[in-house]
Amino acid sequence: MKTMASITKSPWIIHYDGSSCNGCDIEVLACLTPMYDVERFGIINTGNPKHADIFLVTGSVNEQNIPVVKQIYNQMPNPKVVVAIGICATSGGIFRDCYNIIGGIDKVIPVDVYVPGCAARPEAIIDGVVKGLGVLAEKQAALAKGIADPTVSGAYRYENGTYDGDGTFLPEEEGDTVIAAAEPQSTDDENGLRVKPAMTEEQEVDD
Amino acid sequence: MAKRTIIPFGPQHPVLPEPIHLDLVLEDETVVEAIPQIGYIHRGLEKLVEKNEWPEMVYIIERVCGICSFGHGWGYCKSVEGNLGVEVPPRAEYLRTIWHELGRIHSHLLWLGLLADGFGFESLFMHTWRLRETILDIFEETTGGRIIFSVCKVGGLRKDVSNETLDKIVVRLRGLEKELKELTEVFLDDVSVKNRLVGVGALTKEEATSLGAVGPVARGSGVSNDVRQDGHGAYGELDFEPCLEEGGDCYARCKVRIRELFQSIGLIAQAVSKIPDGEIAVEIKGTHPAGEFVGRMEQPRGEAYYYSKGSGQKFLERIRVRTPTNANIPALVKTLAGSDLADVPMLVLTIDPCISCTER
Repeated sequence: MKTMASITKSPWIIHYDGSSCNGCDIEVLACLTPMYDVERFGIINTGNPKHADIFLVTGSVNEQNIPVVKQIYNQMPNPKVVVAIGICATSGGIFRDCYNIIGGIDKVIPVDVYVPGCAARPEAIIDGVVKGLGVLAEKQAALAKGIADPTVSGAYRYENGTYDGDGTFLPEEEGDTVIAAAEPQSTDDENGLRVKPAMTEEQEVDD
Repeated sequence: MAKRTIIPFGPQHPVLPEPIHLDLVLEDETVVEAIPQIGYIHRGLEKLVEKNEWPEMVYIIERVCGICSFGHGWGYCKSVEGNLGVEVPPRAEYLRTIWHELGRIHSHLLWLGLLADGFGFESLFMHTWRLRETILDIFEETTGGRIIFSVCKVGGLRKDVSNETLDKIVVRLRGLEKELKELTEVFLDDVSVKNRLVGVGALTKEEATSLGAVGPVARGSGVSNDVRQDGHGAYGELDFEPCLEEGGDCYARCKVRIRELFQSIGLIAQAVSKIPDGEIAVEIKGTHPAGEFVGRMEQPRGEAYYYSKGSGQKFLERIRVRTPTNANIPALVKTLAGSDLADVPMLVLTIDPCISCTER
């Protein structure tokens, strides 16, 4: 696991625009350009989720982009960090009352760092990414110890959560039994939504 | 007939900061048909008019788009002011014009950067965005925000800018102009850049008119449709001609935007030299909009219109915003048919898509 240490020195980021007004998106891009120049920290913007360590999401989620956000998240290799950029990604912001807005990104995938602001300033975005590096280091340490599913700092794999009736995602909480994530533990119900698997007797004995 | 393949483009795609999905129907390497699919960032903010009083609604309309946010705020204010029959003081109109033109420079520089990134010239992208920061600094000093300002309100403005600051802004813009000349020469004269732009995605004048293209896309095909010529704001007292090109291809659209950069700097200098002293806002008390009004604006991407309908209540009945990208998508689909697959990012970029505007 020694090679993994290089990630915190040069994390690659991927950016997706949920339903943002563009303000935060162009500030994310502005971070990459000479004025702020995050590349001096080794941070590179990539378009490929499988190359990325940090997922920057701007804007809130709606029915149409939920699968896109989840696909990007699931394709990213472990350890990974999600940073919600701007108040829309945090809670829905000024658009929270709109009929097509479900809410912040944490309704769909676990979020590690929240960067509020409308629009979030590049300095704040860089700060959020640097905070994300701390979380990344924790997750790496957990990975190195052989904990298969790093759930540090309140981050849960979304497969381990459940959906309630109206489609809201409920992350796994403390006290829930964590099942080793070696094999997919969840199954899809007839609507294609993830459901928590039923416990077998054997697993309960192990825990 | 060659075998047909469908290649999905987007919603998450490296050249686009925003999600749009295109189904590209290909015969070998040639695009036969492009089927756009939008709706990834629809928020439904027009409906918020039922929950927010009309003076507050300006904050939401500003967030239709984070790139031309001042223009959207102004367009909404113009529509409601027309509805109320309010005359805005001339100083406010001049300042609005100055901020709007600054927004145009910032938007076009942003677009030039994305274009450079799109054809793989990364250092050019970096330099363009470095120059763009000058405009954002001016915004921050005069309004307090880099992207969203909230200085425009129905009846005028929230903040004044002193004449000394305005003079200094012109000096800084003249400095920027020199750097821009050097930079834009690369876009217009460099052989490798021209290879990607000249002759790609040509749109004739007739096609641009019949498909209802607006803004630089239409002006690149020789259609003179600059809404600023109707003389709203301070444009009636400023001297300018719309920038027209005949080519209709990506190069012509790029050239129109580059010429508009210099035109905007000239317009700001003219406005600063003519700006009158006086009030920056009129107070509106006790009346509510009770009719219908359409305000038209020339946004950096083209004509946008703002329809407002009131019923004498503090909540408006309806707001409708039609944004330029919406009008340019038919032209995009037309130019995509028959193009090479490798040119698709260029064609999508040269209409300067703002998906956030389109879907609202």
